[in-house]
Amino acid sequence: MPSSAPNNNGRKLLLQGNEAIVEGALVAGCKFFAGYPITPASEISEVFSRRMPEIGGTFIQMEDEIASMGAIIGASLAGAKSMTATSGPGFSLMQENIGYASIAETPCVVVNVMRGGPSTGLPTSPAQGDVMQARWGTHGDHPIIVLTTSTVRDSFDITVKAFNLAEEFRVPVIILSDEGVAHTREVVTLPASRDIEVVDRTVPGMPPEMYVPFQDNGRGVPDMSTFGDGYRYHVTGLTHDVRGFPTMKSEEVNDFINRLFRKITHGFHKIQMVDTFMTEDAQVAVIAYGSVARAARRAVLDARSHGIKAGLLHLITLFPFPRTVVERVLKKCRWVLVPEMNMGQMVREVKRVNKYPTHVEKYSRVDGHIITPDEIYYQLMKA
Amino acid sequence: MSQEVTRLVHKYLRHDKKFPHVWCPGCGNGIILGALIRAVDRLGFTKDEVVLVSGIGCSGRMPVYADFNTLHTTHGRALTFATGVKLVKPDLKVIVIMGDGDATAIGGNHFIHTARRNIDLTSIIINNYIYGMTGGQFSPTTPYGSMASTSPYGHIEPTFSIAQLAETAGASFLARGTVYHARLLDKLIESAILNCGFSVVEVISNCHVHFGRRNETSNPVTMIKSMKENAVTVEKAKKMTPESLKDKIVVGVLNDIQKPAYINEYQKICEKAKN
Ligand SMILES: Cc1ncc(C[n+]2csc(CCOP(=O)(O)OP(=O)(O)O)c2C)c(N)n1
Ligand code: SF4
Repeated sequence: MPSSAPNNNGRKLLLQGNEAIVEGALVAGCKFFAGYPITPASEISEVFSRRMPEIGGTFIQMEDEIASMGAIIGASLAGAKSMTATSGPGFSLMQENIGYASIAETPCVVVNVMRGGPSTGLPTSPAQGDVMQARWGTHGDHPIIVLTTSTVRDSFDITVKAFNLAEEFRVPVIILSDEGVAHTREVVTLPASRDIEVVDRTVPGMPPEMYVPFQDNGRGVPDMSTFGDGYRYHVTGLTHDVRGFPTMKSEEVNDFINRLFRKITHGFHKIQMVDTFMTEDAQVAVIAYGSVARAARRAVLDARSHGIKAGLLHLITLFPFPRTVVERVLKKCRWVLVPEMNMGQMVREVKRVNKYPTHVEKYSRVDGHIITPDEIYYQLMKA
Repeated sequence: MSQEVTRLVHKYLRHDKKFPHVWCPGCGNGIILGALIRAVDRLGFTKDEVVLVSGIGCSGRMPVYADFNTLHTTHGRALTFATGVKLVKPDLKVIVIMGDGDATAIGGNHFIHTARRNIDLTSIIINNYIYGMTGGQFSPTTPYGSMASTSPYGHIEPTFSIAQLAETAGASFLARGTVYHARLLDKLIESAILNCGFSVVEVISNCHVHFGRRNETSNPVTMIKSMKENAVTVEKAKKMTPESLKDKIVVGVLNDIQKPAYINEYQKICEKAKN
């Protein structure tokens, strides 16, 4: 699918993580951004406010994050790929409408540039405290995809991927960045647009009178029509039947909720993204994500140079949890460290799937500072 | 006349949606749906061109029955979703139905700012002075002294005037009707849809089940008749003193001004950015 975004032609650019997210979004075909200013995510709004009018897309600064989330859902139903960006306090406000996007199967991308919390917390400091909120923040059982960024360059790639997954599975996709990645500036070479895969939602091909908007199909992802294109249908946050009308019939409710989960389970192989580094012969491993993964890579090299057979499993997708790869590492290694800029959130997931005698150690840092390679190396020495 | 009703019912109501509807017998919401359909029909828009958006409440259930592009959103947030739809597809006629609680309590901030931006949307606010769907708790328009399920000793808060709120915030078209004045309502909705900018039609309606029952009467006919008795046209109201207008419902077009809609302003900056 050719992208209508600026042709990058392998441009070399000096970019911030936040700016790379905008570049990725534009290449992926994002045409609508709504947001509310908040540190450390504001640059995303600022860059969009300049870029969107240039390409005839829409930038709008809403009155709050609830409104931003509502607007991107409306925009998506009208056919535009849409996005919002925020940080902890705003992410909390978005939760109700994230659930709406989930039940109404509306593709959209939500960036949460994590800062220290709870509440107003540490507005200018990095943290990873919103991991479980990203998975479970909105009420009710719901499927969701949560991806993370760890460098400026991967902020670009992950954003493209986030749009692709949102479109393919008709779900909200959460990108968790953090203040460290967001405000790091580095020179990156962006891939040429023609080398980037861009996925668009499947629109119905049948005549409108034959369109059943929430019909189950093999993939569990119904074709999505656009408001105004002749396929009039009903969209609601109430649990609905295949026609989109509210239902309380137990078999219809069951079918619906199960399909929402099944579409993610079926697509798991496409959604699950991890990066392994020196894990083949590793005896001790680090499992990390976000800017901590970057520090961990350095720490693994340091440990190796001191004779410790260390490796890194970098989780790019946090949810659905990449269980099988984590299990593989747990099976192979005798000691696994999960360093996080929170009190221990993903480490619970790792422990949950650990069926082996492997020791799983957590390492937390919540003082608003990034976890350094030295700190991780020091922990590995204890293994 | 009855042939006309049959034609409209067949043309605009969803045949695959199992009736009966969720509303109580005698509820004013049906009259408003009727007026909306007649307005759209008279303006000659196709069903594909119309998007009907709502929040949560008894009023929020309206879109499901109508054969347009329909969007039943979250409580208070209808205008935000509608903003997204309208900015992406400016040619669509986006009509937003809200309850008084929906629009002025939980959605008050969105209401103010959508009006201020003058986004080209038509909002119809059904003011029944109460939270209908949740069982009769007071809303920002519940009159002082009234009984509600959460004001068992009489309501102690002052009320919002939806019209004044919308006007101050910047709405470019403003009207008030009632479910008694059905013909007038058709016309008000028609004018509101034609206005290029943010339009508000406040419709006084009866929730005899929750408001009426606790205050004066649970008879919908009596409630609707009292709207007739208390209504004063805008023209007549101009000649009356504020004192004599105190318990009256002023109906008609309250304000109609031309000013740039958000989309036109946005198009200007797109031109600027491209050059
Ligand atoms: C966030 C949230 N809070 C509360 C509710 C519960 N709730 C549903 S409808 C409603 C009030 C409805 O009153 P109004 O907006 O006046 O509409 P009506 O039912 O009278 O048409 C409330 C409080 C909800 N659905 N969502
Ligand atoms: S509860 Fe009130 S507003 Fe709701 S349907 Fe019944 S009469 Fe109408």
